Amino acid sequence: MAVLLIAEVNDGALNMDATAKAMTAAKMLGEVTILCAGATVQTAAQAAAKLGPAKVLRAEHDVLSHRLAESTAELIVTLSDGYDHVVAPATADAKNVMPRVAALLDVMVISDASAVIDDNTFERPIYAGNAIQTVRSEDVTKVITVRTSSFELCEATGSAPVESAEVSTCATLSEWVADKVAASDRPDLTSASVVVSGGRGVGSKDDFKLIEELADTLSAGIGASRAAVDSGYAPNDYQVGQTGKVVAPELYIAVGISGAIQHLAGMKDSKIIVAINQDEEAPIFQVADYGLVADLFTALPALTDQLR
Amino acid sequence: MKVLVSVKRVIDYNVKVRVKADGSGVDLSNVKMSMNPFDEIAVDEAVRLKEAGIAKEVVAVSIGVRQSQETLRTALAMGADRAILILAADDVHSDIEPLAVAKLLKAVIDDEKPSLVLTGKQAIDNDMNATGQMLAALTGWAQGTFASKLEVEDDHATVTREVDGGLQTIKIKLPAIVTVDLRLNEPRYASLPNIMKAKKKPLDEWTPANYGIDIAPRLEVLKTAEPEARTGGVIVGSVDELVQKLKEKGVV
Repeated sequence: MAVLLIAEVNDGALNMDATAKAMTAAKMLGEVTILCAGATVQTAAQAAAKLGPAKVLRAEHDVLSHRLAESTAELIVTLSDGYDHVVAPATADAKNVMPRVAALLDVMVISDASAVIDDNTFERPIYAGNAIQTVRSEDVTKVITVRTSSFELCEATGSAPVESAEVSTCATLSEWVADKVAASDRPDLTSASVVVSGGRGVGSKDDFKLIEELADTLSAGIGASRAAVDSGYAPNDYQVGQTGKVVAPELYIAVGISGAIQHLAGMKDSKIIVAINQDEEAPIFQVADYGLVADLFTALPALTDQLR
Repeated sequence: MKVLVSVKRVIDYNVKVRVKADGSGVDLSNVKMSMNPFDEIAVDEAVRLKEAGIAKEVVAVSIGVRQSQETLRTALAMGADRAILILAADDVHSDIEPLAVAKLLKAVIDDEKPSLVLTGKQAIDNDMNATGQMLAALTGWAQGTFASKLEVEDDHATVTREVDGGLQTIKIKLPAIVTVDLRLNEPRYASLPNIMKAKKKPLDEWTPANYGIDIAPRLEVLKTAEPEARTGGVIVGSVDELVQKLKEKGVV
């Protein structure tokens, strides 16, 4: 089986965490070719080669610079000939592009695969993770996005030849206007080994600083529940849950989060879960390894202090 | 311009999901069903475009069982002008795949020729997050997915999208497909007078055969299971005890 893995490339840099986890899934399916697409992807392609695929394809063109769906999907479809599987980590970019690729190939997309059973059979969460479905595809090409938190990192100690791929795409249906990306020295939420998340209980944007202080003490990524994001305490890209990001760190500290099912879907694969909440009936305590029933405004500064 | 908005009838988001013991799926018999929450946001946005004088007509479309009529009536009560139901299943347990839904919507688009199609970014039942993108592929139109802000002008739309690093703004040519995210708007509740009025608005019914489209699923569902349960641990008495436990585990 031949597998085309779409690397996660942002502004010319490889997202190693997402790509290496998707590589683990891709390797279960056959011989992997990694595609790096963007305006300039030389650095990303060299990094991807370390994952030890059969080869790396380097597709460079200005129209690919912001991973716009139309041109990126067109490129992937052109290159997909001869591959049995087209795989990508289930990032926002890939979720934008891969269903478009699938429809152009007249196949169904398999979104958010959490396990590979065999070449044609996959598990995926449905109903916000309340059920796990096993699906078998008989489509000629399987187009799959992979839930990265369900797969281990693939070692990046190999090498592979890098080839240029021809890009003839000229789709001009959409154009990039602006990115609003908060610059941060904190680890990325989806790859951080520790995540501190705040919920509605935090109460305000100002008080979200308490979350940030604990996170910085632990060199942790910061998350938030949907309620906290909807209330404007935290930006949208912090959202952990079925419709936000899915994380599985070594340690997840949920503060002032009640534990709505859609939030649990985004973090319940974490190795150790700590919950701090004033309401002892909060559902979050049912999944927490360590629960602390306390007022977060006194517990959090004390915890930060002790861990400093 | 005409705006088409596609809505799905799904399990109400407040209902606890029960997996059937025989592994054949999620039990939807006698369960409260509602409009997919993301689609509600899409309907509201379409109605807002009409209220702003940008859209002339809002057409709601649903594909599924006969009871989806109720979902369409909700869309009409929220302010859509008319509705189209494509009867594609008899049993509430049969889910029509996004690819088939996209093909049917493409056929409706060929008839209706809207300038903009709005739909939710994903349905809260199968969580596929695919229909809008697939429809954009089949029509050859631009797509603006995961929209948290939408501005429509003449021949293009400016869409602010929720992406992994924050927000991305793109400009897309119309006609286009836009899938909406949670923070685009807060959908309205339909008022009683509007619910009454909605009963008189036109609702046409078709079948996939009317459009000559094969909706046979491409994915065979072998099994639906409960996720592995995570067992709760211990309640600690103090911050000190918590820190001690975490140190024992070697995670801090």
